[in-house]
Amino acid sequence: MLTVLLLLWPVAAALLLHFFKGGAARVAAFGAALVEFALAVFAAVTFNANHTGQFAYDLNWIPSAGIRFAVGMDGLSLSLVLLTALLVPIILLSAFRRKFENESVFYALVLFMQTGLIGVFTAQDAFLFYFMWEVALIPIYFLAGVWGGVNRARITFKFFLYTIVGSLFMLAGFVYLYFQTGPSLDGLSAHNAALASFYSLNLPVETQLWLFWLIFAAFAVKMPIFPFHTWQPDTYTEAPAPATMLLAGIMLKMGIYGCMRWLIPVVPAGTDYWQNLVIILAIIGIIYGAIIAIRQQDVKRLIAYSSLSHVGLMIAGVFSLTQLGMQGASIQMLAHGINVVGMFFIADAIERRTGTRNIADLGGLTRKAPVLTVCFLVLLLGTVALPLTNGFVGEFLLLAGVYQFNAWMGAVAGITIILGAVYLLRMFQRVMLGPDSSFTATFTDLTGAELALLVPLIVLVFWIGLFPNFFLHLSEGSVMNILGEVVKR
Amino acid sequence: MNSIILLSVLGLGNLFLGFRRSNRLLLPVMMLILGLVLTVNFIDWNEGTQPFFNGMLTIDNFSVAFTGILLLTALVLVPFSQKYVLDGEANLAEYYSLLLFSLVGAIMLVSYNHLLMLFLGIEILSVAMYVLAGSDKRNLRSNEAALKYFLMGAFFTGVLLFGMALVYGATGTFELSQISFAVQNPVNASLTPMLYIGMLMMLLGIGFKVSAAPFHFWTPDVYEGTPTFFTAFMSTIVKTAGFAAFLKLLVQAFPAASAQGIWLPTLTAMCVLTLLIGNVGAVAQTSLKRMLAYSSISHAGYLLIALVAFNGQLEGASANAILFYSLAYSVATVSAFGVLKLVADARHREDYDGFNGLAKTNPLLAFALTVSMLSLAGIPLTGGFFGKFFVFSAAVENGYIGLVVFAVVMSMVSIYYYLRPIMALYMRDADDATAEAVPVTAFQSGALLVLALLTVLLGVLPGLVAGVL
Repeated sequence: MLTVLLLLWPVAAALLLHFFKGGAARVAAFGAALVEFALAVFAAVTFNANHTGQFAYDLNWIPSAGIRFAVGMDGLSLSLVLLTALLVPIILLSAFRRKFENESVFYALVLFMQTGLIGVFTAQDAFLFYFMWEVALIPIYFLAGVWGGVNRARITFKFFLYTIVGSLFMLAGFVYLYFQTGPSLDGLSAHNAALASFYSLNLPVETQLWLFWLIFAAFAVKMPIFPFHTWQPDTYTEAPAPATMLLAGIMLKMGIYGCMRWLIPVVPAGTDYWQNLVIILAIIGIIYGAIIAIRQQDVKRLIAYSSLSHVGLMIAGVFSLTQLGMQGASIQMLAHGINVVGMFFIADAIERRTGTRNIADLGGLTRKAPVLTVCFLVLLLGTVALPLTNGFVGEFLLLAGVYQFNAWMGAVAGITIILGAVYLLRMFQRVMLGPDSSFTATFTDLTGAELALLVPLIVLVFWIGLFPNFFLHLSEGSVMNILGEVVKR
Repeated sequence: MNSIILLSVLGLGNLFLGFRRSNRLLLPVMMLILGLVLTVNFIDWNEGTQPFFNGMLTIDNFSVAFTGILLLTALVLVPFSQKYVLDGEANLAEYYSLLLFSLVGAIMLVSYNHLLMLFLGIEILSVAMYVLAGSDKRNLRSNEAALKYFLMGAFFTGVLLFGMALVYGATGTFELSQISFAVQNPVNASLTPMLYIGMLMMLLGIGFKVSAAPFHFWTPDVYEGTPTFFTAFMSTIVKTAGFAAFLKLLVQAFPAASAQGIWLPTLTAMCVLTLLIGNVGAVAQTSLKRMLAYSSISHAGYLLIALVAFNGQLEGASANAILFYSLAYSVATVSAFGVLKLVADARHREDYDGFNGLAKTNPLLAFALTVSMLSLAGIPLTGGFFGKFFVFSAAVENGYIGLVVFAVVMSMVSIYYYLRPIMALYMRDADDATAEAVPVTAFQSGALLVLALLTVLLGVLPGLVAGVL
């Protein structure tokens, strides 16, 4: 029941938001997101990491087709629900600084999207999963398209087409799987789409080989994995900062989560066959994203490419099909969400003050804004995966997982840490150090509100970095179950 | 049955209101009539099969459900004719009565049990539409539309009638179940070719009405020339009734395997062609009205898939899929044409750029059009998604995987052209000339809101309508 509450509260709040105008809408939205966060924390506190399918709720949604509104959480779902519930209020808070037209609609869309995201992470029925997948897409399309930069129409159009075509392939795969299942529990329909039924299908290997790509198409675009990434840098750059944070912080985790929950255990033989290819693509993405990031002049674009590079490592870890890799991915999803949101927030803070995101135009911010420098450095080092920060735990486990799978691949993927340090420290050096420029002459430090927003993120950077066990324990059971499904067949 | 009688009587009564020379009463009266008939219609729900006129018409759940869609569509459509009221259009009572009469024809199409009733239904529906297509008398395009529609329509009615005559010649009956019996147990084998030629000619006749390719050529021109209010009527009610009639004909008169061996490939070919022409044609359009015309062709294609996938029962998966699809499609289309009419009346243009920046001046119109476009594109959270879902799963269940793959690819194409109006609404700024708010009355806002909510409701709780038959 708690899951349903987590799902319904944001959408209810989004609808109610229309009765608020301007500043009141922000506060109301932020309040609603805090309530949601409290609910998620409550779920985490009462959660028993040894059991799956907790807080489950199951309702006959479309009886004649055997489609159920079935939701529930295991450790993996819960950690992503927590991430979503944590980041949404922070993202809302970050939007306070900017003036948006039709504020209540803007904040309503963010909350609406939260329902879709949590739905994706908790759905236990294939069609509910697909439904929520698209529910999360529609608001972000409008957020990026209406409030974005100059080229927003063209770029969000590309983004929307890309993702929806990918997810239609996934839907086709689900429909195929659906027709392979047995009757629904109540016998009203000849088939059902429950996750458990999909897990117990035992499809022939030849079928799994093509089915893998149908389902993977949606996840590949969303994550994105090289070569399906071409929408990503443009969209991240053109979208308004809050939308970029939603995209990079939470939405790309939908793809990784989807692989772990709806792809690998459903078509294990197909995964086994394509495993090498996917990991190679992921590693190409790691190197490619990093090399392009080194050449970027635009701060936001640089972070976008760095995100491409980091997500590549997570994909490689997941597809190594080792416990280390998968657990690394689940903790790195949290770490990346926290770091990337923080980085985009700082990029946005700099842009708001100077009016530019161009690295060449910036410089010498350290002297004017020491607090900002410290925050930036912590988040940056977290992204570079320095020990004691959250990035280290995730990347270490991921690399260990990939290394276990294939030592050479692990070695090549390890370059990510070096390259990551290169482009991030280069950016830090050019933006924060060096001589002042005409743009940065009147730069002011972070305000109290901005700092209040960054402090929880920074606390988490160290918390996950120093005491990762809580989060690792959370995902352990889920990862073992997923791997169990793979090994079983 | 009650609805046919009520509509005819009230339609006549409505004509007399025209003598008052005051239009103000007409719109509320019209809505009252439609609301009343819609309520009365459901008295027959779950009352079993009731034959009327010696079995020429039968009222059952199938016909009640489809009649419900037709009346509901008309009811939510009528508010968009308010400009006629305000402008003091001299012939409004006649227009309304013609609409009511054509609804009678549409209801006959969903409840016929006898080929004569099928023919009468099509004629009653069409003759009214020929007149209404030309109702903008001083507009050349409207005249052209009426003439085109009439000439082509008359020709295909002839084909339909000829087909019926041939079928009658081969089977000796007009009654659906007796035709079905005669097809399975032919008395004279030499007449079989005549029977099948007759059957195919009937398919062509109905195919024209629902604008299935290759008989779709009239659609874009007629839709464009016809006053928008009546175009909306044409693309929703005529199509819904036409497909219900189509399904009845195939299921009740020609379910035999030998007949299926002939109509199935024909329909499949029509279906592929319709999907291709509808979707590819829509991509090239720059006017929303013409795009909606092509979109209506493409939706005929999706509905044809449900016909192809029919599994031998009138109230089976196909009928349910067609019912849900027609409802979702009608709701979304009425809303799209409604917004189009309001904007076109105020801004005097129908191209996408005419909608630039509408989100700033008229958020409600923009929202309604967006929901409707998303529904037509089949994006989840809208009724259109589940419409497509039910149609496609009915087809997959019966093994038409190739056809479904093709249809899915075509719906990917459709996302492109349905997104273009949305981009104009939200992501482009209005030109100076079009920056004023479009006037919308409370009636119309209410109707648009109801339509948008209905679309979302169908998309969130499809169980309300899915599987009722």
